[in-house]
Amino acid sequence: MKLDRRNFLRLAGAAGATAVVGRGAEAQARQYQPPPQALGCLVDLSLCIGCRKCEQACNEVNQLPAPERPFDDPTVLERKRRPDDKAFTVINRHYAGRRDDKNQPLPTFVKTQCMHCQDPACVSACIVGALTKKPNGAVHYDEGKCIGCRYCMVACPFQIPAYEYSDPLTPRVRKCTFCFERISQTGGKPGCALACPVEAITFGRRQDLLGLARKRMEDNPGRYEPHIYGEREAGGTSWLYLSSQPFARLGFQTLPDQPMPHLTETIQHGVFAYLWAPLTLFGILGGVMALLGRRNDKEERP
Amino acid sequence: MSHHNLAAPMQGRQRFWSPGALVLAAMALVGLAFVVARYGGGLGAVTNLSQANPWGLWIGVDVASGVALAAGGFTTAALAHIFGRHAYEPVTRPALLTALLGYVFVTLALLVDIGRSWAIWKPMFFWNPNSVLFEVAMCVMVYSAVLHIEFIPIVAERLGGVIKPLQWLNHRLDKVMWFFIILGVVLSCMHQSGLGSLMLIAPTKVHPLWYTPLLPLLFLLSAIAVGFPMVVVEHFIAGKSFALADESPLLSRLVRITILLLGLYGAVKLGDLGARGAWAYLGEGSTQARAFIVEMLFGVLIPWVMLLVPNLRQRRTTLFIASFLIVAGVVLNRINVFLVSFRPPFPEQSYFPSLGEMAITLGFIAALMLAYRFTVYFLPVLTPADKEAAS
Ligand code: SF4
Ligand code: SF4
Ligand code: SF4
Repeated sequence: MKLDRRNFLRLAGAAGATAVVGRGAEAQARQYQPPPQALGCLVDLSLCIGCRKCEQACNEVNQLPAPERPFDDPTVLERKRRPDDKAFTVINRHYAGRRDDKNQPLPTFVKTQCMHCQDPACVSACIVGALTKKPNGAVHYDEGKCIGCRYCMVACPFQIPAYEYSDPLTPRVRKCTFCFERISQTGGKPGCALACPVEAITFGRRQDLLGLARKRMEDNPGRYEPHIYGEREAGGTSWLYLSSQPFARLGFQTLPDQPMPHLTETIQHGVFAYLWAPLTLFGILGGVMALLGRRNDKEERP
Repeated sequence: MSHHNLAAPMQGRQRFWSPGALVLAAMALVGLAFVVARYGGGLGAVTNLSQANPWGLWIGVDVASGVALAAGGFTTAALAHIFGRHAYEPVTRPALLTALLGYVFVTLALLVDIGRSWAIWKPMFFWNPNSVLFEVAMCVMVYSAVLHIEFIPIVAERLGGVIKPLQWLNHRLDKVMWFFIILGVVLSCMHQSGLGSLMLIAPTKVHPLWYTPLLPLLFLLSAIAVGFPMVVVEHFIAGKSFALADESPLLSRLVRITILLLGLYGAVKLGDLGARGAWAYLGEGSTQARAFIVEMLFGVLIPWVMLLVPNLRQRRTTLFIASFLIVAGVVLNRINVFLVSFRPPFPEQSYFPSLGEMAITLGFIAALMLAYRFTVYFLPVLTPADKEAAS
């Protein structure tokens, strides 16, 4: 084994120079801009009557398999469900303390689907970029790129992406598509928002929806919890919620405001900006090798 | 590469199909049967993976632990070739082989684990530089290639006489091998730490005993620390079935470096726990708290003290036990970080690996050991006892 000194010095020099250049980039914090024109939905839980028409519409527009029990079967609500590979959205019934005038507990219904995060963990995580945040706000899945590593499922703080575990060769990650094709057309609306008979789901620009939510709170003092869920959670989400009951009692998680990809991307780009860290390490090891690695070499080579 | 090289094939010194080798073959076949079932009925047919727990035993053991335990390859290469401790060269070859086979089997395990095995090439063309997993995959891929290159001289030593182009390639490589050796160490540092960054994307799901921005550093330090103990464990296991030159004096000198490396890892880990105030969770009586205590006590503190005592370090059995504990401790750490610490917000039922998952994991380990046996049988990797006596 021979270490060609001239080559080595050239490499080490390059590594050193890169290290100096890289320092600046390393110090830079992560810059990510969520799409300014993102669309979204505002779900007003105080309006939802739990009819599951949204579930049915979602099933139809996405051509999902027929459910085990029909959409008008009320017994489905007896246990809590999660969206899965066969249902992109589900309604759950919670008794969160609301009572009628006869002191009977009143239910609150909660719709769950992908939140279409503004700075999505799943998008940052996906090894091949099969998940992307579209300018219209939808977090879109491209089956053609996916390798099935399921890192998106690990990453999603809302536990949304579901997997087709029983498909041996071409399983897909399944989640609410935000009806990407429909909303990409002018005037197109998500199936669920269109189907809701009480207009509990309002579709529109996220910015406008935040305004609408605040207006509803102002116009109806005391009706709502003073919190728009999704405004800041995990860096903000395209889907937003208003509720008359505390979110914590309705199965909503308390999440940090910081977007999930912040730490990993800061580390990743800090270390790999201009490859300064690997090149520096290469240079140092090369230096050590030139000094120590070849001692006794003469004796060793007969 | 040096006058220390007394490595020789085991062929002719021992028979290949020992009872142990037959048991390994049987285990590998059982694993294979479950792999067939996985491709028949999908991941759901053989695993307990769920929508809440998308990663299981294969990621924790086959992939994450596999990569960590292959670290002996780059740590011994760095020691002998970069830091010029040529005395340790007898252990570089078996360590290199373990690393090489380790990465081959990590790739095979990944192939079985990912939903679309046939799409495994896609990350080469569809890049997501924001993804930690992408970075890890790229480094693992290039490093596997580097390991194969580093292994060429060993193959050439045996077959170069018969296959002339191999001889020629080997001569060519000799001049640039320094580049690949350094590159191997750099790539290892990158993806060993990268593996530690993987779970940082899920701050709300990973238990605070393990969730720290220092995870990548801790993964790197533990991988470096486990390198030499793994070489010791491997030497003892190989020595059980082959008459090998007794390297224990060399190995007990080698693990003196481990005292420093393991001590550094333990100190950073405990210091981080204290600085974050996360030690308070140790008293919560949860599975996580117990797993953390076992990991630190049996995987770090006890073996560290054992190595510290010259008497224990120099005796074969205690050297083996201490090294084994360190290896097991790193495996437990990887299982803890990827599985035990993972608390999905909406758990269906807590994850425990299925029989099929365990059978496939054991099958892969058995197949790896058989492949190791096969390689040292025909190629000069280990130093047989008779060679040493003759020299
Ligand atoms: S909710 Fe989960 S799956 Fe949906 S965009 Fe956010 S991180 Fe991705
Ligand atoms: S499973 Fe598919 S979509 Fe999810 S991270 Fe892996 S490659 Fe991306
Ligand atoms: S936006 Fe479309 S995919 Fe998502 S829940 Fe509504 S109907 Fe289903």
